[in-house]
Amino acid sequence: MAIPKRTKRLIDTTFGDYKFGFKSTVDNYFVSHKHLDESLVKEISEQKKEPSWMTDFRLKSLGIFNKKPLPTWGGDLSRINFNTLHYYIKPQDSTKTAWNKVDPNIKEAFDTLGVREAEKEFMAGLGAQFDSEVVYKSVQDALSKQGVIFDSTDNALRNHPELFKEYFGKIVPANDNKFAALNSAVWSGGTFIYVPKGVHIDLPLQAYFRINTESMGQFERTLIIADEDSSVHYIEGCTAPIYSSNSLHAAVVEIIVKKNAKVKYTTLQDWAHNIYNLVTKRSFVYENGEMIWVDCNMGSQLTMKYPAIYLLGKGAKGEVHSLAIASKNQHQDAGSKIIHGASNTSSLVSAKSISKDGGRSSYRGLLKVNKGAKNIKSKVSCDALILDKISRSDTYPLMKIDEEDVSIAHEATVSKIGEEELFYLMSRGISEQEASSMIVNGFAEPIIKHLPMEYAIELNRLLELEMTGSVG
Amino acid sequence: MTSKNTLKIKNLYAGTANKKIIKNLSLTIGSGEIHVIMGRNGCGKSTLLNVLMGHPKYETEKGQVLLNKKNISKLNPDEKAKFGLFMSFQHPVEIPGVPLTTFLRTAKNTITKKHSSPIEFLEEIKKYAKLLKMTDSQIERSINHGFSGGEKKKSEILQMSILKPKFALLDEIDSGLDIDALKAVATTIKESFKETKMGLLIITHYQRILNYITPDFVHIMDDGKIIKSGGKSLAKELEKNGYDKYISKK
Repeated sequence: MAIPKRTKRLIDTTFGDYKFGFKSTVDNYFVSHKHLDESLVKEISEQKKEPSWMTDFRLKSLGIFNKKPLPTWGGDLSRINFNTLHYYIKPQDSTKTAWNKVDPNIKEAFDTLGVREAEKEFMAGLGAQFDSEVVYKSVQDALSKQGVIFDSTDNALRNHPELFKEYFGKIVPANDNKFAALNSAVWSGGTFIYVPKGVHIDLPLQAYFRINTESMGQFERTLIIADEDSSVHYIEGCTAPIYSSNSLHAAVVEIIVKKNAKVKYTTLQDWAHNIYNLVTKRSFVYENGEMIWVDCNMGSQLTMKYPAIYLLGKGAKGEVHSLAIASKNQHQDAGSKIIHGASNTSSLVSAKSISKDGGRSSYRGLLKVNKGAKNIKSKVSCDALILDKISRSDTYPLMKIDEEDVSIAHEATVSKIGEEELFYLMSRGISEQEASSMIVNGFAEPIIKHLPMEYAIELNRLLELEMTGSVG
Repeated sequence: MTSKNTLKIKNLYAGTANKKIIKNLSLTIGSGEIHVIMGRNGCGKSTLLNVLMGHPKYETEKGQVLLNKKNISKLNPDEKAKFGLFMSFQHPVEIPGVPLTTFLRTAKNTITKKHSSPIEFLEEIKKYAKLLKMTDSQIERSINHGFSGGEKKKSEILQMSILKPKFALLDEIDSGLDIDALKAVATTIKESFKETKMGLLIITHYQRILNYITPDFVHIMDDGKIIKSGGKSLAKELEKNGYDKYISKK
């Protein structure tokens, strides 16, 4: 049954408002040229005063990038021009540990985004990246004393070279895919976390990634190592101003979850609609370890992102909970990859998407059980909510099961906000706007419940704003 | 007690864009009155209730629906609810992720324009849930999510009891209920009716619910209009003899 005309109108007029689209004026410390070549890569490495092995790694990665063709599956990448992007913009001379040392205009941006307020209330540490560099970071003293390392990835290369070299590029090698190669060549910023054995970090560590410059390429690199019996929750938020030309966000995230450790990685991104968001996220999970991805994708022009979990030790567990919202001129091609590489491992994937105003969302998932992995349990469910007739949703699940002792459940549903649901809620006195918003929030609730309360409230509010059009 | 209210349907013509379904139907219901409409499948009973509540699928072509002299026929369903109209659905939809209690409290606050305290509200819910023999876990679930047919009907009556409308339209509230559930539902309707002196319009195919709820008026509907009205004995007679006496076979 078709959606009522007045609801359609309501959705048409209210969607597309973006509340993080402001721009900051910054007197940048260094701006690289826009031509992607060896001299650019060397220049970035020089600016960062990197050891030669990293310069070599970057140059080798550039070679891989140049050789690999653009992926032809997923979304339309043909309009990315790799020679019109800013690959490296350093907004200030170094990472600061006090906000009063940060450029006032940058500080104001993070104020406006609510990042500093959140820092005071419920965080164990914060990193704030502006274009290419982390401009601010702080971590609770108590954690530093316990040996927790929370820093920009650039600083980690300088200050913890051995730990860095042991894991960097081992989970996502440069030749993994074209955009991982690009990131490896021009990476800058990102978060480095090391949690020592037996340390549990109760409050989340957070990073905020802000793109500010037009035609920016942001290539942060995040590496998280949770040593045995440790646990950490990391949250990242991402936004950008609205420009007419496109920007590219191509991050690489590598996570190591050692024996009995637990890592939860939460992403809340609401990119402006001119951003290509092409991110490689992968975790290796060892014996009885647990990895949880909570991935909320709003905004961007095209997102291609499939958080991966390699269950490599006996009894390891993995979960992916994702929510994608595709609006006008947007394609969210999101999903998950789960590889069961050891016995007694289990996985759970719950992917939800909302498509509206001509937006397209796709679920692309891989579930693989390697030969020799016994007693495997996996459940994958994909639910799509389509708000109008011009929007689209697809599901591309792929399963490769090389063992027999497996229990696998896969479900996919597609639903619409129909006039029956709206009529039902309205017949109880609830306005059409509120009814639509209730249905959307209800649909997203199983994912939202995995967020810390403060973020759940924020996400609920964002969804409501989108449904009511009262963007302020 | 509340003052006397009237729901007056005057020469109503309504249907979909392609099909006329309600054809010159008139009916007046007062506070504290129980009206029952019976009739063969497809005679327009459910359509009538959906038209009264404002389902977007149907259009009112001619005629009026007056609630205390206010013509409500063109209002949106939420506005009708605020004027005191309620409909229990023949097939209530499921809305995952929206807790029944949260939704119902929002609805109640919207209709009454008051902010009820969560604790008092929960106590009120529990009072009716007990009458309906609903468990705590059923109340805590999302709207109708994973409910059986019978549980959905109970949820409808729970909502009616909480929202306390001036007029309630009950569309086959007795279908799909087992004997115990029917008794619980009927007892709760009766209790709610006594408390509020609402006017009731019940659509049913069966006499059995009327063993609990004694109607003041029984109407037979055929081809979009009421063709015969009588007292409670009419329902018993229909149960025994069928519609043949009143409706010519098609």
